[in-house]
Amino acid sequence: MGLALLLALLLLAGLSVYWFTANGWWLPAAASSSAHAVDAQFFRSYLLMGIIFVAAQVALGLVVWHFARRRSGPAQHSHGHNGLEIAWTLLTAVLFIGMQAAGHPIWASERFDLPANGELDAAHAAAIPVEATGVQFAWFFRYPGPDAKFGATDPKQIDASLGGESALGLDTSDPASKDDVVTGEMYLPVDRDVDLNLRAQDVIHSFFVPNMRFKQDAVPGLRIRARLHPTVIGTYEIACAELCGLGHYKMHAKLHVVSQAEFDEWLAAKEAAK
Amino acid sequence: MSVSPSFTHGAPTSFLRRYVFSTDHKVIGLQYIALAIVAVFVGMALSLLMRIHLVYPAAVLPWLGLIKPETYLALMTMHGTIMVFFVLTTAPQSGFGNYVLPLQIGAPDMAFPRLNMASFWTTFVAFVVLLAAFFVTGGAPGVGWTAYPPLSAILGAAPGNGLGMDLWILSIALFCAGSLMGAINFITTVLDMRARGMTMMRLPLTVWGWFTTAVIALLAFGVLLAAGILLLCDRRLGTSFFVPGGLVISGEPSTHSGGSPILWQHLFWFFGHPEVYIAILPIMGIASQIISTFSRKPIFGYKAMVSAMLAIGFLGFIVWGHHMFMSGMSPYSAFVFSLLTMVIGVPSAIKTFNWLGTMWGGKLRLEPPMLYAIGFISFFVSGGVTGPILAQPATDTHLHDTAFVVGHFHIIMGVATIFGMFAATHFWFPKMFGRQMNVTLARIHFWLTFIGAYCIFMPMHWLGMAGEPRRYSQLTELEYLKPLMGVQQFVTAAAVVTIAAQFIFLVNLLWSLWRGKKETNPNPWECTTLEWTTLNPPPHDNFGGVVPVVHHGPYEFSVPGAARDFVMQTEPASTSAASN
Repeated sequence: MGLALLLALLLLAGLSVYWFTANGWWLPAAASSSAHAVDAQFFRSYLLMGIIFVAAQVALGLVVWHFARRRSGPAQHSHGHNGLEIAWTLLTAVLFIGMQAAGHPIWASERFDLPANGELDAAHAAAIPVEATGVQFAWFFRYPGPDAKFGATDPKQIDASLGGESALGLDTSDPASKDDVVTGEMYLPVDRDVDLNLRAQDVIHSFFVPNMRFKQDAVPGLRIRARLHPTVIGTYEIACAELCGLGHYKMHAKLHVVSQAEFDEWLAAKEAAK
Repeated sequence: MSVSPSFTHGAPTSFLRRYVFSTDHKVIGLQYIALAIVAVFVGMALSLLMRIHLVYPAAVLPWLGLIKPETYLALMTMHGTIMVFFVLTTAPQSGFGNYVLPLQIGAPDMAFPRLNMASFWTTFVAFVVLLAAFFVTGGAPGVGWTAYPPLSAILGAAPGNGLGMDLWILSIALFCAGSLMGAINFITTVLDMRARGMTMMRLPLTVWGWFTTAVIALLAFGVLLAAGILLLCDRRLGTSFFVPGGLVISGEPSTHSGGSPILWQHLFWFFGHPEVYIAILPIMGIASQIISTFSRKPIFGYKAMVSAMLAIGFLGFIVWGHHMFMSGMSPYSAFVFSLLTMVIGVPSAIKTFNWLGTMWGGKLRLEPPMLYAIGFISFFVSGGVTGPILAQPATDTHLHDTAFVVGHFHIIMGVATIFGMFAATHFWFPKMFGRQMNVTLARIHFWLTFIGAYCIFMPMHWLGMAGEPRRYSQLTELEYLKPLMGVQQFVTAAAVVTIAAQFIFLVNLLWSLWRGKKETNPNPWECTTLEWTTLNPPPHDNFGGVVPVVHHGPYEFSVPGAARDFVMQTEPASTSAASN
């Protein structure tokens, strides 16, 4: 039985390593600036935790196998070893905290620092403002138009059946909302910072683009801002990653990352069609 | 600390007082275990339906018909609620704890026997109320066991959000009340009812597990109870604790204003994260007890093990924010919660090192309890190593609310804990019923479950890496999920086999109750703790009028110069070299 356990644990360690690393770690093709940094952190974390996983499973198998075979003599009488306890406590603490420290700046960089004086920093100011609103069970995207300002919305003016501007309830009395463009698919220019504004109209949704390694909840009552920076032209899927009701599984939208020229052309056409 | 004989109550004679409304901790423990066994089979049946639906979304099932999205969400919500509360919280702590704790500390019963009875029956009613949600108009709730508002707060926002959701809240509130009563009882019993000589540092690690868990439960369940009541007020009394203004749900403007959905998340996870440790700390104690006994070695680093449990208990209360990295949290808060979560990995790692250290140099007996305990360590490691990956906001951003999380918490909180329960069942069965369970059936069940559970939950990590969101009633809508269907089918096949294998355990349990090999030896495993000094099963007052006196620590195995390779806690110090 000891040998069977050893073999099972060796097999577990081997197969897990093989399958975790298969298919390029199963990760979808990376398409944003932070995706590469996140993937590097994935690699660091998997390497460290993978070594711990394999070492622990193999050690468990070997110890069980070896000490279950023993027939003669008594077991050791030992209550432990303080030096060893201190050693492995410190070792684990240093490894875990070190890994955490290495990964932290990546995530922070996806969130703009909002300065106390309300002034945007240069990178933030140059970013393209786009708003994504989660509604059971669709995403709506809003571009602020030439005035670079999102107009007010009014819950009383929401009429989902009319779609577009009415689905978000754009306040027709607010001049800033006049030039706002609302779409059902998201277009972004490549290699530009995007100032993503996330809102929800009814319940919590979560804006998830696997290719960008990006996810952020859209919470009713809050406007949550995050930084997105697409780097590869293509079409990606946006999923909802927070249970939002009956149609949660089919709440998705397309994200088109296009060249700057194509983006400008698309936006101008949308403006003109208003 | 000594217990006066007048404290004990007489054995009841009527059937009702003996087996139904019993105040005997042993009967109550078995009642809790029986409740958990019923619950786990219900919960498993729900998960089987979910797994079948995910790979055959258009299948018309006999008797149930087509599984619609609302049915799937109800199955999912009820599966999670039943498993977390009525299995993982009920069996390790209230079940095994109730049965074994008074025996291990040399007490005739729990400190408050009637309160103990009340806590079981409150929990029982909570379970009935929860199941009733399946049968009311609108059906069971479909908002997940985390019940995030506004989804759970606004009646029209989700299917099953009418009476079904109210029953869910009522069930959870009752469960909280039952658990609070139990926690007070456990804490008082450990502090006041220990036999003479049973100092805190001579407590078996099982008792430390149950004690620490009781303290956690006392602090955590009150918060969930309060949150549940606030949610009910939002739903039925027009308050707005969790719902902000300006919402429009299915074209209907909501009348709420001024609340915060994030507040619920803070309250829920302030309970919800410690809940993980409520499930697993008792199992850590049980695993320590079994590994030491079947290695014939003292536990490696007893004080480190106690400190690690207390550290986990404490840190468990200050890491809840890692469930909320995606909720709009600032990078500063996320950094702190992430760091603290990394720190909680340290005592968990210490425990693993110490279990290996205990086996090292031992003389292992691979009896069924030990097999399951070894399985527990393997799953504890496998579920543990993915923790630090989820604990970092950078990597969690991709994995949050995906199948990776589902794989992670099922392995560590579900499978590891359940392996601990299998170990405990095989370990204490002869004490509880005076019979042994069948070893061959146990081995077959161990191997099928060990391999099967890995085949179910390991692939979920890969699906999560590929970006598969959890709580999707169908995986056919997103293009990038379509190539993953083969993995889904593999997981479902593994689930069918593993669930079928659980009937081997059930058969072994029921068969052994009546037909198992009789065990008259009070100490068949040659263990050292007090429950092994009394009859199988123990008499009503546990020790037959004898008050045990303790002379040793709990794990004096293979003491040089001793007559046998174990020294019972009750053996007078003069008979052995150990006088710890």
